[in-house]
Amino acid sequence: MNNLPERSERYYRLYQENIKRITENSAPFINSFRGAAIADFCKTGIPTRKNESYRYTNLDTFFNHDYKSYFIPEESDFVKAEQFRCDVSDLDAYGVVLLNGFYPTINGKLRELPGGIYIGSLNEAAKKFGDKIEKHYGKYVNGNSDGLVHLNTAIASDGVFVYVPKGAVLKRPVQVVNLVESETDMFSQHRNLIIVEDNADFTLIICDHTLSPVKFLTNAVTEVYVGENAHFDIMRVQNEHNNACKITHTFIHQERNSQVSSNNITLHGGLVRNSTYHYLGGEGAGSNSYGLFLADKWQHVDNYVNIEHAYPNCTSNQLFKGVLDDMATGAFNGRIYVHKDAQGTVAYQRNNNILLTDDAKMDTKPQLEIYADDVKCSHGATVGRLNDDALFYMQSRGINKREALLMLMFGFAHEVIRNIKVEALQERMDNLVMQRLKGELSRCASCMVRCDKMH
Amino acid sequence: MLIIKNLKAAINGKQILKGISLEVKAGEIHAIMGPNGSGKSTLAAVLAGREFAEVTEGTVTYMGRNLFEMAAEDRSKEGIFLGFQYPIEIPGVSMVNFMKTAVNEHRKHKGLEPLSASDFLKLMREKKEFVEIDSKLTNRSVNEGFSGGEKKKNEIFQMAMLEPKLAILDETDSGLDIDALRIVANGVNRLKRPDNAAIVITHYQRLLDYIVPDVVHVLYDGRIVKTAGKELALELEEKGYEWIKEHVEEK
Repeated sequence: MNNLPERSERYYRLYQENIKRITENSAPFINSFRGAAIADFCKTGIPTRKNESYRYTNLDTFFNHDYKSYFIPEESDFVKAEQFRCDVSDLDAYGVVLLNGFYPTINGKLRELPGGIYIGSLNEAAKKFGDKIEKHYGKYVNGNSDGLVHLNTAIASDGVFVYVPKGAVLKRPVQVVNLVESETDMFSQHRNLIIVEDNADFTLIICDHTLSPVKFLTNAVTEVYVGENAHFDIMRVQNEHNNACKITHTFIHQERNSQVSSNNITLHGGLVRNSTYHYLGGEGAGSNSYGLFLADKWQHVDNYVNIEHAYPNCTSNQLFKGVLDDMATGAFNGRIYVHKDAQGTVAYQRNNNILLTDDAKMDTKPQLEIYADDVKCSHGATVGRLNDDALFYMQSRGINKREALLMLMFGFAHEVIRNIKVEALQERMDNLVMQRLKGELSRCASCMVRCDKMH
Repeated sequence: MLIIKNLKAAINGKQILKGISLEVKAGEIHAIMGPNGSGKSTLAAVLAGREFAEVTEGTVTYMGRNLFEMAAEDRSKEGIFLGFQYPIEIPGVSMVNFMKTAVNEHRKHKGLEPLSASDFLKLMREKKEFVEIDSKLTNRSVNEGFSGGEKKKNEIFQMAMLEPKLAILDETDSGLDIDALRIVANGVNRLKRPDNAAIVITHYQRLLDYIVPDVVHVLYDGRIVKTAGKELALELEEKGYEWIKEHVEEK
């Protein structure tokens, strides 16, 4: 274990220092993955730019830092989370607040919603839903070689658990507000598990926020199982400050004829990396993966998407768009992997980016590996400026330049937003994007929940 | 209303307009005709404030003001409207939002309150009938997926919404079938008032069967080589642009 470079070594030490405390507080089944995961981590380490999928993202500034604390909660911490209130939004959703990745105990650790749906703490669910956890936990990250996923499996100990039983349909979305708050620079990890069984229909919204001005590093893994004919939408809205690094890995396993949409909207954040994996593991499954980011100053946003067509007649569609201002940088890497037997595959990918300055930079890379013959597949990427002709057209109608620029950028972004199915949410996202483009978005204003209206 | 004196303009160092003088008075319709490459569209672009053409000499006075001191959006708010030869598609910007912003910018400029949503929709409905434009089109993004004819009708629709003092229509007739041509021309005729004016730029005489100009200018190689009444258009149609070329070379 001594051949790990220093930047990875410190996370191994973190494991050693905390593993006893973590294990004591976690379910045995979750603990059973830790040993192998830390061994894998010691082989891979923290990804560097030599890793193909991290080629355009330099993690050094955030990972070569001495975080004073690795968050394991005290009861009193949750009181703070409960006091968090946003002044914006009236989204009609079931709300859950996570503090630094942990589920607060105040309302009980598991909550039942109509239709026999449960949301709550993963750690708590491991007691009540042992069989479900054993069936799904750790299964969908299996085989992944990202050192950060190993690190999460090795030491993460809580997060959101959602169980949607067969045929259950929840009209209102569930919204998880994920707050990070600390007095000292903090590294935290959480682990979510979402189980959506056959014929169920469920929408999840995750909002990432920073509450204090210290340096944050968050590494989150979400595993999702979507059963036959089930519908699942997952949307992530990120609004963190410039001294925060957010890394998310979302693994979605889809069964036959299931339909899934994932949508990552990054409004703000120092360094953001979202990896989204859709595994189309049954005939007729369909996936949409959308992403939008708006970056300025020194921000860096990297979206990695991996769509695996393992069965015939599945469809996938990727649409990612970015607007980069100042010295901001971005990356998109979209991989489509079509297995030999996955005949009748339809797979589309598109990535469009706008650079507002000469210093902004975007790297975009499609990666198509197709081993079947009967495949319809397309990909396209653009990196460019706003259309001068369109700008002049608008000015020639009396719209001033600043307003015209805003309308053009908003129109560009709206192509992603319009795919959000919940209408109220679509409207809210439009408003947030407009505020962000105008430079009016403050940290709390980005919150979509009226927390005081949570049910 | 508009006085152009010895206007010269270049694109990428190449002289396109070589000294144009022209005066348009309120209540008049001027037609500018000429072969391809004579500088018709450059003239329209310079008047509307498009920055790709560099004005090297001359003056343009609009309503007593130096036009070149006004930004494109201010020219619009002061009543200049350019009907584009190739209207631009703007994905993601809805026609309604686009027009509402434009109309309210114009109103603000005049010191008026913005229109309420219902008044605005009423105005839209009224003007849509006027140019016989399909309602579905105005629910889409600006010009996105419109046919050539629909795009041109949309230009006239926007003109009707903004009620300009000086409309400059750049080859609005190109690519139109006869029905669309009639609708476009009708729009122009019905918007005509004693206190406004229009410059109709066209390659063909055809449009002038429907819009009767007071003055016809022939633009050739960056200069106005002939100016006369509406009969000039017919003569041009009959004799073709070769006649103009010979006419110029004789001089």
